[in-house]
Amino acid sequence: MFRVPGRRQRRRLPLVLLAAVLALTGCAGAGALGAGDRTLVVAIVANPQMNDAIELSGRFEREHPGVRLKFVSLPENQARAKITASTATEGGEFDVVMISNYETPQWAANGWLENLQPYIDSSPGYDGDDFIPSIRESLSHEGSMYAVPFYGESSFLAYRKDLFEQAGLTMPERPTWQQVAEFAAKLDDDAAGMAGICLRGKPGWGESLAPFTTVVNTFGGRWFDQDWNARLTSPEFRAAAEFYVNLVREHGEVGASSAGFSECGTRYAQGQAAMWYDATVMAGTNEDPASSKVVGKSGYAPAPVRDTASSGWLYTWSLAMPAVTEHKQAAWDFMRWMTDKNFVRTVGEEFGWNRVPPGCRQSTYEIPEYRQAAEAYAQPTLDGIRAANQESTMTEPVPYPGIQFVGIPEFQDLGTRVSQQLSAAIAGQISVDEALRQSQEYAETVGEAYRETR
Amino acid sequence: MTTIGTSRLGRSALTAFTWLIAVLFIFPLLWMVLTAFKQEADAYTDPPRLFFAPTFEQFAGVLERGFLPYLANSAFVTLASTLAVLLLGIPAAYALSLAPVKGTGNVLGFFLSTKMLPIVAAIIPLYVISQNIGLLDNVWALVILYTGMNIPLAIWMMRSFFLEVPKEMIEAARVDGAPLPTLLYRVVLPVVAPGIAATALICVIFSWTEFFYAVNLTAARAGTVPVYLSGFITSEGLYWAQLSAAALLASLPVMIVGWIAQNHLVRGLSMGAVK
Repeated sequence: MFRVPGRRQRRRLPLVLLAAVLALTGCAGAGALGAGDRTLVVAIVANPQMNDAIELSGRFEREHPGVRLKFVSLPENQARAKITASTATEGGEFDVVMISNYETPQWAANGWLENLQPYIDSSPGYDGDDFIPSIRESLSHEGSMYAVPFYGESSFLAYRKDLFEQAGLTMPERPTWQQVAEFAAKLDDDAAGMAGICLRGKPGWGESLAPFTTVVNTFGGRWFDQDWNARLTSPEFRAAAEFYVNLVREHGEVGASSAGFSECGTRYAQGQAAMWYDATVMAGTNEDPASSKVVGKSGYAPAPVRDTASSGWLYTWSLAMPAVTEHKQAAWDFMRWMTDKNFVRTVGEEFGWNRVPPGCRQSTYEIPEYRQAAEAYAQPTLDGIRAANQESTMTEPVPYPGIQFVGIPEFQDLGTRVSQQLSAAIAGQISVDEALRQSQEYAETVGEAYRETR
Repeated sequence: MTTIGTSRLGRSALTAFTWLIAVLFIFPLLWMVLTAFKQEADAYTDPPRLFFAPTFEQFAGVLERGFLPYLANSAFVTLASTLAVLLLGIPAAYALSLAPVKGTGNVLGFFLSTKMLPIVAAIIPLYVISQNIGLLDNVWALVILYTGMNIPLAIWMMRSFFLEVPKEMIEAARVDGAPLPTLLYRVVLPVVAPGIAATALICVIFSWTEFFYAVNLTAARAGTVPVYLSGFITSEGLYWAQLSAAALLASLPVMIVGWIAQNHLVRGLSMGAVK
């Protein structure tokens, strides 16, 4: 055999490098494995307000020596799947998890969550009664809170005051959907790239179904009656679906069947929509000069109605403690810190008052600086959340919790499949009747299971 | 008859077409790179903005949020699993190509069959098993899974390279009395080195970009770069520039490795094709 001189030498170099890198990163990996016993792992949803909290978390660590925080920040869908898997199997990876008012009552009933009421009651100055009642109620199970709200939202209607003035239109104090449809028809201008109204059409139970279900509610429809019969082909549900699909098809945004919150937000902030019905947190984006071209041009009206007094939805991202959490007191200390009145102040002073997590504490709305910074939308947001309960947003009683969602585990799947039908109808691939007929079948299967177990 | 490749006109048309395809494929990447240097207000405009004052602000923001631990985890998992794949895969590929026995075809089929189950169907058992053996949120869980994930592909790839080794060479070495390890490492490996480099690169890329296992089986300690990257996707607010900056940082290591290994890769990938 012959050898090329020097070749072996050169060939060894990459191996040496590889070994070095492995050794180096191996140390990091090994170090990562043996974590200290007072490390709190917090799973949160990657939204701007949560990132502000991560940035400020160094203060908590300074105030609580010996407690270290680690954050796992994921997009909504991944976070939901991961937190659900971990909590349900008692995986114990997380000491504090961020969940919504969809999960909280279900998980509390399953015994997966620590009852927070004793912690709240024994924390002087925390003031649990300060939370907006509708929010507090949505996070409670048998009179005890199982999650504490970090931020909350309802839905309302943003409209461009300047365009309304130009067209000689006035937004009523409490608009009806009929009026909104008329405005949309007048302000819709294809040539100028101006949509009359932006409405979500993207499939997903948390996407298009949220605004859509509020329309269903105020049109007198419901997903299930008290006996768990699916009601998706009822005249009321059908009228709501016809209305929603027609409105967005005729005067909505281009590509509506794939537009969700972000897409609508981009359009509105770029000045390409005259109205937008969506989550109240949108105001923060609309009024942020860094991302919006329409700062100061918007008015905010309550969620449009037809047969009900109000129709805004209710949603909150909140902190909960899995029942298997080891460091319960430390976990509560952190949850308390992140949902305290002082936290609101700190965010306001550090990052600016329009970045304060909205919609949880009534006291936030009494802070003069916040009222000023959020002048256009603070009161409409608070009013919307206060009015968000089943009694004032629905015409008939339902057997499930939730306004814009059906608070049962099956709804993630059911809702997503129904929303795909809705999107197909918005895209014009199928008729509203076909979409509803198919959806009714899906819902009936779920309803059957509940009828049997009653 | 003139084929499209030989006539002058046909050739320039083909070149233009190739360029078109290349630009089409590169464009999203290019756009990501551009967006990464923008302010948020410039990042999503209509019409899109090609000229703007570049800023490093987004990169600073990304690094501030603790990129390095994720980078270290990714580097460790990628290198360790690729190393394991090569250590296990090279002998396997040798045996399945140059020293076949009865049933070799079945073994090859068996390896491939492990790729046929969608990962999503196995994730719950994997999660529960990891939890029971204490490997949840542990880099070693990913090392094991990525090794398993890449090994069938690596064996198939390397086998095709091994088949290219001239039989005469192996026989000559055998006649010289070379024992198996010498035969494998001194005779066969130098010939198939480009192919092995190409295989390793593919394994590196697959491990580096893997998201599904990583997001489900890690939490605070063992998270990899794609998991970190996904934390920038938010359903509220418009943060395209920051997301682009994070995506650019995440893909940079693979791009660099790919660029360095480019020659090997092209040689390796075309080895089976050109005789």
